[in-house]
Amino acid sequence: MAVMTYRDALNAAMREEMHRDPDVFLMGEEVAEYDGAYKVSRGLLAEFGAKRVVDTPIAELGFSGIGVGAAMTGLRPIVEFMTWNFALLAIDQVVNSAAKLRYMSGGQIGCPIVFRGPGGSALQLGAQHSQSFESWYAHIPGLKVVMPATPADAKGLLKSAIRDDNPVVFIEGEMLYNTKGEVSDDPELLVPIGKADRKREGKDVTIVCHAKTVPVALKAADQLAKDGIEADVIDLRTIAPLDTTAILESVGRTNRVVVAEEGWSFAGVGAQVVDLIQREAFDLLDAPILRVTGADVPMPYNKHLEKASKTDPAKVVAAARRVLYLD
Amino acid sequence: MTAPPAMRAPAPVTPETVAVQTAYLRTMMLIRHFEEKAGEAYSLGKIGGFCHLYIGQEAVAVGTISALRPQDYVISAYREHGQALARGMTPRAVMAELYGKAAGCSGGKGGSMHIFDASLNFMGGHGIVGSQIPLAAGFAFAAKYRGTDAVSLCFFGEAAANIGAFHETLNIAQLWQLPCIFVIENNGYGMGTALHRSSAGHSLADRGAAYGMASQVVDGQDVLAVRAAMDVAIERARTDSLPTLLEIRTYRFVGHSMSDAAHGTYRSKDEVEEYRKRDPIHLLAERMRAGGYLDDATYAALDAETLAEADDAIRFAEEAPDPEPGELFTDVYAEMN
Repeated sequence: MAVMTYRDALNAAMREEMHRDPDVFLMGEEVAEYDGAYKVSRGLLAEFGAKRVVDTPIAELGFSGIGVGAAMTGLRPIVEFMTWNFALLAIDQVVNSAAKLRYMSGGQIGCPIVFRGPGGSALQLGAQHSQSFESWYAHIPGLKVVMPATPADAKGLLKSAIRDDNPVVFIEGEMLYNTKGEVSDDPELLVPIGKADRKREGKDVTIVCHAKTVPVALKAADQLAKDGIEADVIDLRTIAPLDTTAILESVGRTNRVVVAEEGWSFAGVGAQVVDLIQREAFDLLDAPILRVTGADVPMPYNKHLEKASKTDPAKVVAAARRVLYLD
Repeated sequence: MTAPPAMRAPAPVTPETVAVQTAYLRTMMLIRHFEEKAGEAYSLGKIGGFCHLYIGQEAVAVGTISALRPQDYVISAYREHGQALARGMTPRAVMAELYGKAAGCSGGKGGSMHIFDASLNFMGGHGIVGSQIPLAAGFAFAAKYRGTDAVSLCFFGEAAANIGAFHETLNIAQLWQLPCIFVIENNGYGMGTALHRSSAGHSLADRGAAYGMASQVVDGQDVLAVRAAMDVAIERARTDSLPTLLEIRTYRFVGHSMSDAAHGTYRSKDEVEEYRKRDPIHLLAERMRAGGYLDDATYAALDAETLAEADDAIRFAEEAPDPEPGELFTDVYAEMN
């Protein structure tokens, strides 16, 4: 075990998997000579050379399609998007090609590819650079959607994604890159895709969260604990496939649920979680489920407006108190 | 744009010439009969969805694909039945796919627009205009990554040369020196929009020059001209790992899909009749007859054989079972151990 940043954990995952499998390569904008726009690929060019760490032009549709084509032949590309906002230019290749090749070829052609990069908002980047798209991709059969919140999960899940035979949308957090945590140095320690993680144990209220809302939920849980409320914090880690068992088990323990996410509310990830719980655990609920989401507006630049739009611990605490009928 | 190859004296007719050209003729006839039968079956409601026929363009598929080796890759758009047959897929497997049957090449889950055969490196059948262009470059990237001399052959219509994926891919393919042959099948119309109403510039082949890519305009009704251009492009790809852009000018004798007439709204009957005079099958047959190595009996036998193959494919597809209901949920994800 070593303490490292989320950024370096991702870097270690790629380095280990590139050593393990010569079919794994990384391509994207500024991944090689610049050492990564966010330094996630730092040192990989020096270690693996330009054949396997490939700088691309700013042509998301073109290079993501080239990655998909390479994956159709059995290579295992990691395609880095500088941010998921820019991946909108490539979404045809993610949705119309990668996600559907196996099905529409009757199982003949697979697509073992990882699309990765930071998603969501950072600080004052404005409307076009502050968006959460996980619910878009999770909507598409054929894709897996993975969103780690901690350095250990970042490493273990990225390794699983690279070894997965399916196309994986791997959404990181720019604001998580500098967070630190204990990370295993065992190259065979994987975190399985499709398994949520109970980040804090409690009996009073479930807080379902993922990615950047995990630290938000944990801070909210700390505040709730001061009032004697014990929150059960479920980090989804994977959006698709959703770990329904972990969610329902937690509902069984607490009977009250808040779902927090960074993205917009309409048809968001939380809506799917609520649908699951009302169908499978209606009788277990002691209160309506509440959702905490980003405000349904394009992200404003002004820092006060931006802060007001975001999911934060205070909003999660308020929602938890409401489902407990304390407020 | 590079200059077309200098005119050469016609090669002497050898037994090999006869065999090769007879094979071209046969494959083009098979595609023609297959497509005519598919059109009939569509009209009878046996085939659903969209169905885009290749009638008139047969020389493009046959002239290009005949030059490939088994390890090479082929990818196309949604007008791809002819290319699938030229690559060696059986009429039964393709027709059964058009019928949506379990015995179809894609198990009935793909349909007319999604014909695949991984064993022949036939990589589809893609329904979004231009989306297959970067995929083709990806095959070439993979070939180079692995150090093989496989090449990638990509078909798309002239309307796809206006889409961003075309330009992004050409830039990268030349920049990275990928062994990829981009074939614009210029049949003059993107659905019902004539080339001059959609595309600026004098020729689509000129667009290769913007990226420093070797490019050439080819007569797509002359299978031998197509093959000659393809041989040069393949040599460039296999030996020098460089891409080529071929603008192969052809014409579809039928509508864009089974939903529209061959002529009427966007092109005249006279125009279609004029182009029909350059039917690729007749052009080759006439050349072979003039050379004294095709007689009426041989032509008739080839015609009958290929018609019988198309009929057999229809019978096979008619009788084949539908996919099991449980197939609905298979092949969405790979099974992971």
